Amino acid sequence: MYTNDFDYYRADSVGEAVELLGDHDGAELVAGAHGLLPRMKTGDESPPALVDIGQLNGLDAIESSDGGSISVGALATHAEIADSEIVREHAAALADAASELGDPPVRNGGTIGGNLAHGDPRSDPPAALLALEGSLEVRGSDGERTIDAAELFEGPFETAVADDEIVTAVRIPTDDDAVSGYRKRRDPLSGYAMVGVGVWLRTDDETIEAARVAVTGATTTPARLSGVEDELEGSAVSEETITAAAAEAGTALDADAFVSDVQASAEYREHLLTIDTERALYDVLDVGQ
Amino acid sequence: MSEHNISVTVNGTHHELTVEPRTLLVSALREELGYTGANVGCETGRCGACTVRVDGETIKSCTRFAVQSDGAEIETVEGLADDGELSTLQEQFQENHGLQCGYCTPGMLMSADTFLRENEDPSREEIRDAIEGNLCRCTGYHNIVDAIEATADQLGEQR
Repeated sequence: MYTNDFDYYRADSVGEAVELLGDHDGAELVAGAHGLLPRMKTGDESPPALVDIGQLNGLDAIESSDGGSISVGALATHAEIADSEIVREHAAALADAASELGDPPVRNGGTIGGNLAHGDPRSDPPAALLALEGSLEVRGSDGERTIDAAELFEGPFETAVADDEIVTAVRIPTDDDAVSGYRKRRDPLSGYAMVGVGVWLRTDDETIEAARVAVTGATTTPARLSGVEDELEGSAVSEETITAAAAEAGTALDADAFVSDVQASAEYREHLLTIDTERALYDVLDVGQ
Repeated sequence: MSEHNISVTVNGTHHELTVEPRTLLVSALREELGYTGANVGCETGRCGACTVRVDGETIKSCTRFAVQSDGAEIETVEGLADDGELSTLQEQFQENHGLQCGYCTPGMLMSADTFLRENEDPSREEIRDAIEGNLCRCTGYHNIVDAIEATADQLGEQR
């Protein structure tokens, strides 16, 4: 199976990649190709030109900075993130999402920057990024800027990363008093998330001081679950709190927010979201079950 | 459309070739260079029949453009046997009936061979996780897991 024809350019630097994107109307970036190439085969996307950044040096570093954050280079593969002790220690939800994504060769091939810029609503990292309140560092023809997770996901395969911008890193704020995790219900056909829930909680062991919960897979666009967060914040760390919070999973979402397909109806996905939110909370809190 | 000159090393042999940008790595290996071990199965990145190693790591060669692999060190199933003598893993697939139609086998072997390099004494569950990206439509998974487990045992005895 061949894709449509396209012109191919290899960038030797981030600056050259930005220039090439500006010079060629409709050009797309490619690195691991795991988001774009399958959609080019099906004809869902047909860019006239690709700018290859897969061989750029220095964009795959995973580092912890003193300022209370970690930085994950855009070209870090999902396998590298899943195996990173820094990510596991400071951003467990992202490590979980990376290790649940696809399968071993897919995790070796796909990169985090492309994954997040692509905005596939069935993919795992978006829920982790939203729950961790991470951000993307991007560079374009107008210079550098930061895109917060809350502003990133605009719709299915639509993100706030502009056509002439390249993601250089993912930044995740760290908090030693917080716990996080990601729980996935795998679509048995595609391997993507039928429902994926990312959670981040800060507790003093008795009370939940702050909560961030996000969904991927179940909804047409990855989103925060504010109903769950409101129920959790200020509540005791208990089974009752988890049950009450999970019951709010669908309440802050529009009725047409849920995906309906051959695997699961929208109503069923909403039902599963409640169950998986509950399980995701039990995964990270030291109570019951 | 443009064409690009690339060079790759496959199983230790250097090759130079000219490809269209849209030529998939698996197509270049099979049709341009004659390494027909990597099979084309689902073409969607799911089945893993096209699994090869690029710079030491397994990828699905239907989900990479050949031009992206310029300069890469590629290993295919043809490189597992040493001068016609099957590797321990290949022998154990034969011994344990780890293949039926054989279509998934090249990808299974590449995933298993890579996994066993870093996992000397794996559990059956770990083996199953390692071949998660390789589908066997004959559903002969038990024997495949047996073969990989037996390989780990045999290599362990030899150490």
